[in-house]
Amino acid sequence: MRTSSAAAEMYHFDKGMNQLTPIIQTEKLTHKYGVGTPFETTAVHDIDFSVYAGEFLAVVGHTGSGKSTFIQHLNGLLKPTSGRILFRGEDIHAAKETIRDIRFRVGLVFQYPEYQLFEETVYKDIAFGPKNQKLSDAEIDDRVREAAAFVDIPDELLERSPFELSGGQKRRVAIAGVLAMRPDVLILDEPTAGLDPAGCDAIMDRIRAYHQSGGHTVIMVTHSMEDAARNADRMVVFSRGTIAMDDTPDRVFARDEELVKIGLGVPEITRVAIRLRELGIPLRGPIYTVEQAVRALCARKGGGADA
Amino acid sequence: MESIIRTEKLTYSYAAAEGEASAPVLRGIDLEIEKGTFVAILGRNGCGKSTLAKQFNAILLPEGGRVLVSGMDTLDEALVLEIRRRIGMVFQNPDNQIVASVVEEDVAFAPENLGFPPAEIRARVDEALRMVGMYEFREHAPHLLSGGQKQRIAIAGVLAMRPTCVVFDEPTAMLDPQGRADVIHIIREMREEYGVTVVLITHHMNEAVYADRIVVMSEGGIAMDGTPGEVFGQVEAIRALGMDVPETTELLYELNKAGFDLPLDALTVEACAQAISRAL
Repeated sequence: MRTSSAAAEMYHFDKGMNQLTPIIQTEKLTHKYGVGTPFETTAVHDIDFSVYAGEFLAVVGHTGSGKSTFIQHLNGLLKPTSGRILFRGEDIHAAKETIRDIRFRVGLVFQYPEYQLFEETVYKDIAFGPKNQKLSDAEIDDRVREAAAFVDIPDELLERSPFELSGGQKRRVAIAGVLAMRPDVLILDEPTAGLDPAGCDAIMDRIRAYHQSGGHTVIMVTHSMEDAARNADRMVVFSRGTIAMDDTPDRVFARDEELVKIGLGVPEITRVAIRLRELGIPLRGPIYTVEQAVRALCARKGGGADA
Repeated sequence: MESIIRTEKLTYSYAAAEGEASAPVLRGIDLEIEKGTFVAILGRNGCGKSTLAKQFNAILLPEGGRVLVSGMDTLDEALVLEIRRRIGMVFQNPDNQIVASVVEEDVAFAPENLGFPPAEIRARVDEALRMVGMYEFREHAPHLLSGGQKQRIAIAGVLAMRPTCVVFDEPTAMLDPQGRADVIHIIREMREEYGVTVVLITHHMNEAVYADRIVVMSEGGIAMDGTPGEVFGQVEAIRALGMDVPETTELLYELNKAGFDLPLDALTVEACAQAISRAL
């Protein structure tokens, strides 16, 4: 078992050693909206970014920071105004066939994806992606059942209309539709927004399971610092169309004042730790999850000077 | 205390598909909301909390039982306008609530419809925009604002009616951390500075911490009802209902399991840190 921060260390190390090629990379990626009009705005500017196979990446940033524009480039949905996007070292816009293939390899789950369910049955909705992949009917059937089971949608719901399902179920069906394409990289934009705590846990549990099954790469855009803290190996912080921070969660959360300045925050538990330190209780190590706080405080209570 | 909203044995169900029995969404709710208080309503998706909120200003009407707003029965059609003037609603998606292309015109929409003279409208719009800290943006185009700013405009639009009570249905679900913090700040200020009654439906436990009272709904009924300390102190009961507790409570709860003896009602970051520092 590797710890999440150790994993990020390893990837950074390997990057230095040039032993791993990034699965996705951007070079000087710039995207402007409304080019040639008086409303021309630069949404993302000169972004150099890499994600490595097997990483769990959290992308955070305030509304309008460019993070959603950015991720929509990673599967070729948006074309850069300038710069390149590489998938396993190859420019995804080099040829028409490449981009089609990239859409299947890099699965993108939008914000509120359940609004995009449209088929008569859950089954058909999940089958939409694999059908486009021109797979055989038997293969499509396998994929649909596998993906549905993976997100805990029971067989008896497959013939129901997606509109009869609960909000959390609809969200899971929408995610299954992307998983059925068996993407190498799964990108999710705010996958838990608007769900109740149990619904959030169910979705996060499935995303983690996908990440752990077969070394899949996950890129998750989130407004929840708590979700980022609990799950990510590495965090990428967007601000004003550029990457302001790119580091392990502990190093990112250590810059709490900067985070607040760019409209973000730190997990509640980190704020408790900061306040405790102000009250004269020095706690050791990074604290951004409840477990870390419990460990640090128990050490302090039991261990005296060493804590 | 005077109650602003009172429901008596309130039941409601949505029309079912042909051949299927309609499942009740609200199963006999008795709830009284006191004027000037801040009440948070929690519950899982589908527990009936949004349906309940829509009963508060007669968007939906009772199937059984009744809803009284300052004593006015929502079933009385003649009273609906007066009820809606007193109870404002703010929803999840600010984009669906903005109608005009200039901020101040949007905020003026309701007072204009209520037929106030221009000077009165001006005064109400300026007051409402100041309350949400968006007065400087009064001549801006709403669609160029951030999600949090748009939501503040939607709140100003409701405040311009000078309602007695505002019902918020997941107002921060689509906002980033800063937008979320701004909206919660305004909600608290409305109640503390202006005495507006607040009903906040939310999935974010750390927002409910600031309420005077938390009502937890489950399967169309009320499962828990008490102060934030009382409700979140029952960690297992809350979790059994598919809810969670704030991270502060979770920390105190886990520390107690590890041999500390801490009060579970230290909910805010400050109270939590103070409680822990005293125990060390």
